Amino acid sequence: METNLALLLLFAPFAGFLINIFFGKKISRTLSGTLGTIAVAVSFATTVFFFLQVISTKEPVMVNLFQWLTLQNFSVDFSFQLDQLSLLWLMFVTGIGTLIHIYSISYMHDDENMHKFFAYLNLFIFFMITLVMGSNLLIMFIGWEGVGLCSYLLIGFWYKNQDYNDAAKKAFIMNRIGDLGFLIGIFILAYLFHSVEYNVIKTELENNWPIDQTWLGIAMLCLFIGACGKSAQIPLYTWLPDAMAGPTPVSALIHAATMVTAGIFMITRLNFLFNLTPDVLEIIAVVGAVTSLIAASIGLVQNDIKKVLAYSTVSQLGLMFLALGLGAYEVAVFHVITHAFFKACLFLGSGSVIHALHGEQDMRNMGGLKKVMKVTFITFLISTLAISGLPPFAGFFSKDEILLTAFHHNKPLWVIGSVASVMTAFYMFRLLYLTFYKDFRGTEEQKHHLHESPALITFPLVVLAILALVGGAISLPGMSWLNEYLAPVIAKPAVHEHLGNTEYMLMGIAVIGALVGIGIAYAKYIKKGEVPPQDSEITGFANVLYNKYYVDEIYTAIIVKPIYAIGAFFKNVIEVAISAFVFGLGKTAVMLGNEGKSLQNGSVGFYLLVFVLGICSIIGYIFLAPK
Amino acid sequence: MENILQEIGIENYIYLSTLLFCVGAFGVLYRRNAIVMFMSIEIMLNAVNLLLVAFSTYHQDAAGQVFVFFSMAVAAAEVAVGLAILVAVYRNLNGIDIDNLKNLKG
Repeated sequence: METNLALLLLFAPFAGFLINIFFGKKISRTLSGTLGTIAVAVSFATTVFFFLQVISTKEPVMVNLFQWLTLQNFSVDFSFQLDQLSLLWLMFVTGIGTLIHIYSISYMHDDENMHKFFAYLNLFIFFMITLVMGSNLLIMFIGWEGVGLCSYLLIGFWYKNQDYNDAAKKAFIMNRIGDLGFLIGIFILAYLFHSVEYNVIKTELENNWPIDQTWLGIAMLCLFIGACGKSAQIPLYTWLPDAMAGPTPVSALIHAATMVTAGIFMITRLNFLFNLTPDVLEIIAVVGAVTSLIAASIGLVQNDIKKVLAYSTVSQLGLMFLALGLGAYEVAVFHVITHAFFKACLFLGSGSVIHALHGEQDMRNMGGLKKVMKVTFITFLISTLAISGLPPFAGFFSKDEILLTAFHHNKPLWVIGSVASVMTAFYMFRLLYLTFYKDFRGTEEQKHHLHESPALITFPLVVLAILALVGGAISLPGMSWLNEYLAPVIAKPAVHEHLGNTEYMLMGIAVIGALVGIGIAYAKYIKKGEVPPQDSEITGFANVLYNKYYVDEIYTAIIVKPIYAIGAFFKNVIEVAISAFVFGLGKTAVMLGNEGKSLQNGSVGFYLLVFVLGICSIIGYIFLAPK
Repeated sequence: MENILQEIGIENYIYLSTLLFCVGAFGVLYRRNAIVMFMSIEIMLNAVNLLLVAFSTYHQDAAGQVFVFFSMAVAAAEVAVGLAILVAVYRNLNGIDIDNLKNLKG
């Protein structure tokens, strides 16, 4: 029973994928979208069933399908593990996945390849479930690669635009770098523990202490590199902003709510190992904090509505890594969940705006949408308040927990995180003001067509906004349901549980910081009514920020160009030399053959003469050769 | 038998068969008529047969003479096949001049 349900949970989206990819062209677009949505909804319903069961029994459900491969004293099972952590992830992956599918039915309705879109989305959900459900690292790796593939397919969904294809390739290659790290990490763990099964590693750890610390450290570092690639952390973050080339529902589902949190899932999953390597945790914390600051600062000046949200996502992921690095895994998970709610809502809201403006993404050409798009505006406002960290919205609780943890462990990181949060508040309200307030700055024709999006689009917005409003309730400071729920899978829960004066003071500081950010945005864009200048007029440091610290250019200069140079060297020097040698051999053979051809002139008499001469010389040799 | 050998001497047989062989070889090299070449080959073959028989007698060993019988049987078969080929060549080329046989030219 449980096995069948787990298989249903896993394979329902895969069935949706198969139907849409093979028959999608024959059925109507609405039907194709509906089928895709139902497939994910089935998964969601099954997840809810398991979720409730695990809440009541507190026992993880293990499903062992078959033995995948066996080597001498090393075997891998094809098995799944539905425990607290994976079910929590599945809840929001399939839940938000369903909402975004509903949204896409309307959003993608005019696209001729809609069935392909839904096929890819279903396939993505399938791989994401595999990633989360697997009970060992190899199954996770299957999902890990699969979601990367779907991300590539969906970023390049509008494949007729070469820029989009380039963005897709960039995402794929950057992810490959991380994947290599992940794979090496798995190999080292397999070498150390003779197993890749989470539970086996856990027991091995208790039985065979001490483990070789150096190798373990290297393994953890490699796994972190993998997480960096998937979750867009420095130095592998540049693909995520470019990934906005994909359709907006994709940005919401893959590049904000689910796939990019895979790295956080993996680190949380292996928290018992990461706890043993404090040095690696420190690196994670620093990388996370720096990423959050840098991404937030780039977000301050971007004018593309989706780019702002993309950098905001990188920045928020940085905060999550900061929490992971401080050993507060449940806090990071908490922020993953709240972030999934409000960031999905923000992306979908921006999609609704883009939909209304027929593809316009530049905020300089927006404005005044508040009056026309009431539902979009209100949901967007709620999510913006949530991401800015104002009580009582969900983002306040999770972000505050992170900053609180940082304050207790590492003051400089707390400062960095707080500055990033203030910046977040500023650029999010800058986005809100530029998009929804003041007067419309687009063309007359666009103005004429402005409309609120249909119900299929606004319904997911409303649901997500409600979640962004109340989502914080799962882990209120002092009485956290989430911490208790996750206790079985997290080896060492964070310590601070009581709320003292320091904590209230820190909350106050965080709220004041957010208000300051909002205030600056208000003064600049409402009071003065400023509109960001055109690209050519941006000067000074803002220009550096606008060009993303020239990171892409630096990567091009120090990595891409040298690789091209090596390629050119091999092509122009090495390959030429090798082919000259090979062709030389061939030419010699042809030349010898041409010379030898004239011997075979067809005259039988000549052949006989040569024959006789040959015999004579052989006989001569036999008689005359010295004995 | 012994008397003949004693009277003539083995060296004369060797001279004769060498001479016959050379006649055959030069015949093969100089003539262009396939039938004449064929006959020259037979002469070479018989030169060798003669030598074999002579040495067989000289060494008082019958094996050489037995060998010659086989050799002659094979030569007869070869003639049959060879002449058949020549007939076929004649039908195709209306002549048996070997200079016309150039289909195998590379």
